[in-house]
Amino acid sequence: MTKLFTSAEAHLKARHRSEWRFRWLGRLAILFSLGFLAIMLVSITLLGKGALSRAEIALTVDLTEASTLEDVNAKKTLRNALFATFPEVTSRGEKRALLKLLSPDSGYELARQIEANPALLGQSPTLWFTASDDIDQYTKGAVDITQPENRRQLKDTTLGWVQALESRGALRSVFNTAFFTSGDSREPELAGIFSALVGSILSLTVCFALSFPLGIMAALYLEEFSKKSRWSDFIEVNINNLAAVPSIVFGLLGMAVFLNTFGLPRSSPLVGGMVLALMTLPTIIIASRAALRSVPPSIREAALGMGATGVQTTFHHVLPLALPGMLTGAIVGMARALGETAPLIMIGMVAFIVDVPNGFTDAATSLPVQIFLWADSPERGFLEKTSAAILVLLGLLIVMNLVAIVLRKKFERRF
Amino acid sequence: MAQSEITLTGRKRPLEKLIKLALFLASVLAIFVTIGIVLSMAFETWQFFQRVSVTEFLFGLEWSPQTAIRADQVGSSGSFGAVPLITGTLLISAIAMAVAAPTGLISAIYLSEYASARVRGWAKPLLEMLAGIPSVVYGFFAALVVAPFIRMTGGQLGLEVASESALAAGLVMGVMIVPLISSLSDDVLNAVPNALREASLGMGATRAETIKKVIVPAAIPGIAGSFLLAASAAIGETMIVVMAAGLAANLTANPLEAVTTVTAQIVALLTGDQEFDSAKTLSAFALGLLLFATTLMLNMIAMRIVNKYREQYD
Amino acid sequence: MSKDPIITARDVNVFYGDKQALNGISLDVPRHKVTSLIGPSGCGKSTFLRSINRMNDLVDICRVEGDIKIEGKNIYDKDVDVVALRAHVGMVFQKPNPFPKSIFENVIYGPKIHGLIKSKSDAEEIVEKSLRRAGLWKEVADRLQEPGTSLSGGQQQRLCIARAIAVQPSIILMDEPASALDPIATAVIEELIDELRAKYTIIIVTHSMQQAARVSQRTAFFHMGDLVEAGPTKELFTTPKDERTQNYISGRIG
Ligand SMILES: Nc1ncnc2c1ncn2[C@@H]1O[C@H](COP(=O)(O)OP(=O)(O)OP(=O)(O)O)[C@@H](O)[C@H]1O
Ligand SMILES: [Mg+2]
Repeated sequence: MTKLFTSAEAHLKARHRSEWRFRWLGRLAILFSLGFLAIMLVSITLLGKGALSRAEIALTVDLTEASTLEDVNAKKTLRNALFATFPEVTSRGEKRALLKLLSPDSGYELARQIEANPALLGQSPTLWFTASDDIDQYTKGAVDITQPENRRQLKDTTLGWVQALESRGALRSVFNTAFFTSGDSREPELAGIFSALVGSILSLTVCFALSFPLGIMAALYLEEFSKKSRWSDFIEVNINNLAAVPSIVFGLLGMAVFLNTFGLPRSSPLVGGMVLALMTLPTIIIASRAALRSVPPSIREAALGMGATGVQTTFHHVLPLALPGMLTGAIVGMARALGETAPLIMIGMVAFIVDVPNGFTDAATSLPVQIFLWADSPERGFLEKTSAAILVLLGLLIVMNLVAIVLRKKFERRF
Repeated sequence: MAQSEITLTGRKRPLEKLIKLALFLASVLAIFVTIGIVLSMAFETWQFFQRVSVTEFLFGLEWSPQTAIRADQVGSSGSFGAVPLITGTLLISAIAMAVAAPTGLISAIYLSEYASARVRGWAKPLLEMLAGIPSVVYGFFAALVVAPFIRMTGGQLGLEVASESALAAGLVMGVMIVPLISSLSDDVLNAVPNALREASLGMGATRAETIKKVIVPAAIPGIAGSFLLAASAAIGETMIVVMAAGLAANLTANPLEAVTTVTAQIVALLTGDQEFDSAKTLSAFALGLLLFATTLMLNMIAMRIVNKYREQYD
Repeated sequence: MSKDPIITARDVNVFYGDKQALNGISLDVPRHKVTSLIGPSGCGKSTFLRSINRMNDLVDICRVEGDIKIEGKNIYDKDVDVVALRAHVGMVFQKPNPFPKSIFENVIYGPKIHGLIKSKSDAEEIVEKSLRRAGLWKEVADRLQEPGTSLSGGQQQRLCIARAIAVQPSIILMDEPASALDPIATAVIEELIDELRAKYTIIIVTHSMQQAARVSQRTAFFHMGDLVEAGPTKELFTTPKDERTQNYISGRIG
């Protein structure tokens, strides 16, 4: 009797062990997913942080002969400046290697600096120029110089020059503003996300302008005006199914209808936004209907009871109360659209876009597509650019979702 | 009534009629989109089947859509047997489901039956974050980290692993669809009436026994629905396979080899320069229609099962 | 009080968060008798009942103080295993809650998890015995594979009773077992309770004083978390000692 209700019995012990195992299995399942998430985010962050800085080389350029910008042969000036810095370099091959210390665009950088400060003309100032990718990677510690020479991009002679520059204080690392302000480039040290970002913003603008009003209208009809019938059921099933159609199918639709049938401009944010709008529409309709359903019927009754028509009741009383909820749903939908890649590839937004698109019909790309394109490039420099672009994308998504959460909290249960 | 008759005859309210019509048209747009999808793809598919027979497409074992450099070139049409693509898609989806089904279901069980409100409060949004991350990010991670890791580990075990193995793509895809299963299953488990839980616990069943023998069996239809939706998402997933699975149309069930999928081929066929009427381009639409029909069927079945289940406990 | 009670409760306080639901309840429950708990809604009857097999453990905010001893063993002791406890103290709920499985599976569920079944014939024997004892055998003997949910409400409740006794508990707790049933089904259940008394100790919560008078030998009256008085059913209904009991049974409160 003393052992009453205790777990002395072997059978009971086994049952408790199995209970314990099951509970741990649950914890492990969650830890597995979250661990994966953590590893993914941490490794992308570690890879991406390099993109925030950029190596620059100081060169003393001889502008004494020039009195206007036109007089300056930027390429030649830089070449002479390099040869002057390393007078010991004489062989042709080595001279060519020496020129590769600088990024190919450094000529423009010189012109820009003179433009910004014409007083430089007639002087021989010391200016900073973007270093090439290999040197950039070296300053970030990404080049393993203990490896034998033939197994790395950065050769010993170049390494010697770089170390010489370093000891002279002519090599520095600066914040890489270009990453945020310039478009794509073949050279990783020059590539930026700005044009892709603008492409994304343009596409999302089109997407929002189409899907938000249409989504609200459809939701209003289904919740406020349609009678429950086979027809409304059919529409509803249709909407639910569209919400689960693979995104690439929307891309095929956009290609066949918008590009080939209507002849709209390929690669344009206009078409991209239209395709995204079709994808986002079901999400917005479903969220908007939920928002409408949360408006208490007493409000409709009050308005109708005063002699307002159905349309007046809906637009004056119901819609304003449901709008914050609808907007929340729309933002969540936009966040999903922002991350979409496959349908945009289908309609040709995979182009190499250096210039910032100026309008909805210009050729453009988008942030996730840019990530896809860079991910394919072999240079190590692009690896960190890809990761950094992912971080920017994730940051935007987090901001959008936070806005949605704040909006929801703020307008929750006000009536 | 008399009063309203006066207003009725007084005003026709054409604007209201117009507004209602506009609202109606907006709601019908969804149907037009569906029809648009079907028609546009059906048209191209029909053209494709003028060039390549349906049986070759559905049962052919070889996929190598060559582009002809000259129109009169021999073998310019290539071969269009979709079987390797279908098996590749199924292989990767099966791997993804093998990861996601147990992980998602067990996570849902833990969150709904064991976790305290506090743990639930942070674990659930974090899990759902997995679904909010764009697939291009998973694709990058799969190609950059997971695939080389599997290849290296396999190498140490003496296994030959392709650099773009089905296993890597499937594994990463599996993690991505975990929240699809866990959040839907969580809803479904929460809908199981508490009375059943109490009945079982009240007889001296442990929690695990109650879950395994009462709650999960009662929720099976809903759980099955969530699995089907997740499988449909896996089949339609594009970016992960484009970036991590490659284009080798191998007919194999070995997860360590490289395979390609329907979606990856659609992207490959339609990017870059193409003449619109070539069999190669048209075949992408045939694949698209196949994909659309498959996922649509899965979704319809899933939603029907889930709705039935919901009604049962209403 | 009666000699050799099977349950002795001493100074039981139960809290839901900061709110006290039971104030120092002390009650003896005699063996092989039916004890009914009556009182106005919200007075804590279910709370008390659920502390006897520790179903209250499932409510996060619930805290129990004091002693509840079964066969002399305090069930809130650290070494008590709730799983083993609940095998001894079964429960029948207000709304019939059969598992969405066959009738057979419903009855065999408890014995199975408690490892009471060694063979298929064991299982069949337990199912038949339990269903017979619950007075349901004749009605379901030829449809054991049908789902338990396909039965009528009254049959479902008897299935739940069969399910509870299949585990061979010594005590059965019933929380308004007949409140969801029509008068005829109620009469069947009441008869069943009376028969079960021979083998089990039964505690029943009820809102019907007639029911308490018909089925129970002892009655305890609860009011706002207090145990006002307890005694032989007849005595309590004919000569209540407390004014509140008097008022309740004459219909003035509750
Ligand atoms: N899970 C819970 N959380 C918080 N308070 C509870 C909980 N369950 C019961 N209570 C409170 O404890 C008190 C007693 O409730 P109990 O359910 O025991 O009453 P009862 O006598 O069974 O009533 P009824 O006859 O209506 O079933 C009530 O005030 C109730 O609000
Ligand atoms: Mg109660």
